[in-house]
Amino acid sequence: MKDTIKFTSLQLITLVTLRILIGWHLLFEGISKLTSPGWSSLGFLKESKWIFSDLSQWIISNGKVLEAVNFLNTWGLIAIGLGLILGLFTRVAAFSGTLLLLIYYSMNPPLVGLEYSVPFEGNYLIVSKTLIEAVALMMIAFFPTSLVFGLDIFIDRYRNRKKEKNYTIQG
Amino acid sequence: MRKETDQTGKYGDSTDQTRRNTLKRRSLLKAMIGIPVLGAFAFEVFNKATFDKQKKDMIIDELGLKNINNTKRIKSLPSTKADLIRIGIIGFGNRAVAHVNGLGFMQDSDVKAFKERGIFGDWLEQENLNIALTGICDVFDLHAEKGMEIARNGIRTTGATPNLPVKRYRYYQEMLDDKDIDAIMIATPDHHHAEITVAAARAGKHVYCEKSIALTEAEVNEVYDAVKKSKIVYQLGHQIAQSVVFQQAKEIINKGILGKITLIETTTNRNSADGAWIRHLDKSGNPKPGDEKTIDWNQWIGSTPKVPFSIDRYYNWVKWFAYDSGVIGQLFTHEYDSVNQLLRIGIPQSVVASGGIYYWKDNREIPDSLHVVFEYPKQDLTLLYSANLACSKNRGRVFMGHDASMELGSSIEITVDGDSSRYKKQIEQGLISTSEPMISLNSNSGKVDAVSGATSKYYTARGLTTTTIDGRQVDTTYLHIKEWLDCIRNGGVTSANIERAFEEGITCVMATKSYTEKRRVEWDSVNRKII
Repeated sequence: MKDTIKFTSLQLITLVTLRILIGWHLLFEGISKLTSPGWSSLGFLKESKWIFSDLSQWIISNGKVLEAVNFLNTWGLIAIGLGLILGLFTRVAAFSGTLLLLIYYSMNPPLVGLEYSVPFEGNYLIVSKTLIEAVALMMIAFFPTSLVFGLDIFIDRYRNRKKEKNYTIQG
Repeated sequence: MRKETDQTGKYGDSTDQTRRNTLKRRSLLKAMIGIPVLGAFAFEVFNKATFDKQKKDMIIDELGLKNINNTKRIKSLPSTKADLIRIGIIGFGNRAVAHVNGLGFMQDSDVKAFKERGIFGDWLEQENLNIALTGICDVFDLHAEKGMEIARNGIRTTGATPNLPVKRYRYYQEMLDDKDIDAIMIATPDHHHAEITVAAARAGKHVYCEKSIALTEAEVNEVYDAVKKSKIVYQLGHQIAQSVVFQQAKEIINKGILGKITLIETTTNRNSADGAWIRHLDKSGNPKPGDEKTIDWNQWIGSTPKVPFSIDRYYNWVKWFAYDSGVIGQLFTHEYDSVNQLLRIGIPQSVVASGGIYYWKDNREIPDSLHVVFEYPKQDLTLLYSANLACSKNRGRVFMGHDASMELGSSIEITVDGDSSRYKKQIEQGLISTSEPMISLNSNSGKVDAVSGATSKYYTARGLTTTTIDGRQVDTTYLHIKEWLDCIRNGGVTSANIERAFEEGITCVMATKSYTEKRRVEWDSVNRKII
């Protein structure tokens, strides 16, 4: 990583904690889906109201596609969760997580005029917890911590060594 | 002075020199921070799973429902070439198309629909019933030709018995006289059911008849006597009881989990022209085919009062009492059968019906809003039936017990009553919640998915058309036909046998009588007569 950001210890610890907590949340969401025998994204997609409602309808109407979406959703959540906790491929995990959460948000956004048959578990207007989590993950991506608290450091060192070797040969 | 760190994990004053050095122990530990977190995560997930399982097992054990997931398996009975059953179908409308799917045939145009629903593969795997479809009888040329086409098109389940030649009969009597037919399936309008069943029983042909058994008390008795005197196997077309969740409901009731049941509410909730039996137009609003040249109108009318040819009557026959008994014959029959299969309630002591034509103000005779109370004082039980054809809010089918209530549809949800005596202790201890279902059984997974505290959001009501057995989607109509064929080959009693059919027939006639005669109708169980 070329950019060097300097954090105080407290800043670093806060960021790492946030990263791990979000990772924990997404990992458990994935694991729960994996272990619920009847789980399907069908109910969620059915409720879809906004820009993705046509897409959702198409997914529902096609059994194979729905199956694929269920699979990708479950394993996507597990992979992102693991990445965030371990600090492995953190940037990819954080960006994928942001994208996934923004899709969730766009499927059922609490906008004025959109009514849902299942009520939200809190009171939201435009901003929901999902949107906040998405932005928090974006922050994790732009304020990287995994080169100190994470396995990414090993990947970084491996890359650096390779680079140095190349320099040596050229030199 | 604040300590600052950079992305390489060194303090801000680190040099390139130190960067090349081996990772310090401390930095190494920092990099591995996620591993103990993951360990804690795994431990907690395991903890939670153990806790959930213990709670679930405890309730299941206590209720004696340990083996409830294994209540239904497809029993494979050996069938040899010698016991091939040759089937004729009388009346080839929409219902017959579902019958032939159960028999292992399929209409060309249905293949795409089955594939889209992802159940074509499961259909192909449907076990061979060793039958041949050798006769089709319909008064309408178009319907008869559709049947002939399906019998010949070669779309069959895997390993199915090869097709035999299929013959069209103009009159059902000709089919019954033919020695090349062993068994018949009746899917005509209801006013023909009794007459054809009686003739078939006399001709020694086995009968699978769609509901209703018959329309009048005299007809019900005639059918009962004819079938009892014969050696035929009779099955009334109520496939609901073949569903896995239904077998589970039976076990739940037998184990007394609901406590004493004193009230059962059954309902019909529809809100469409099709649901109100207005069916003479196709999807684009054009009249459906059929005229006096292609429909044998005299035969269609049968023994009912003579009326001029009417496409309205031909397609929308349910609207007239001469041909059907409306919501009672078409829909309450299924409700009644579900309850009778579970509780063996039999014929009620008295019936009061009330209703009217409040929304579909066309030329119909049958009510579109009908509410019937069936009393069973000997069993301390009231059965309610409430039908409305102008509002589709789902009101479910609910068995109300002192300890818990059970909603039985395509899934089962059992919710403990707040004032239950049996579960008092568990409610006080917080082990059982009364605001959420204690047990949910889902027809599609066929497993106990959730116990106490789990949300019921997965269990969206689905049609009782298929059930899952050993992970495969199985058509309940197929199971019902299979039961009939198994009894023909190996003896035994069908679930919707003539005794059940008689009880149902009488109960329905009582309800219709109460509505049309505007009075309370009673059953004289000594003389077996409606009074």
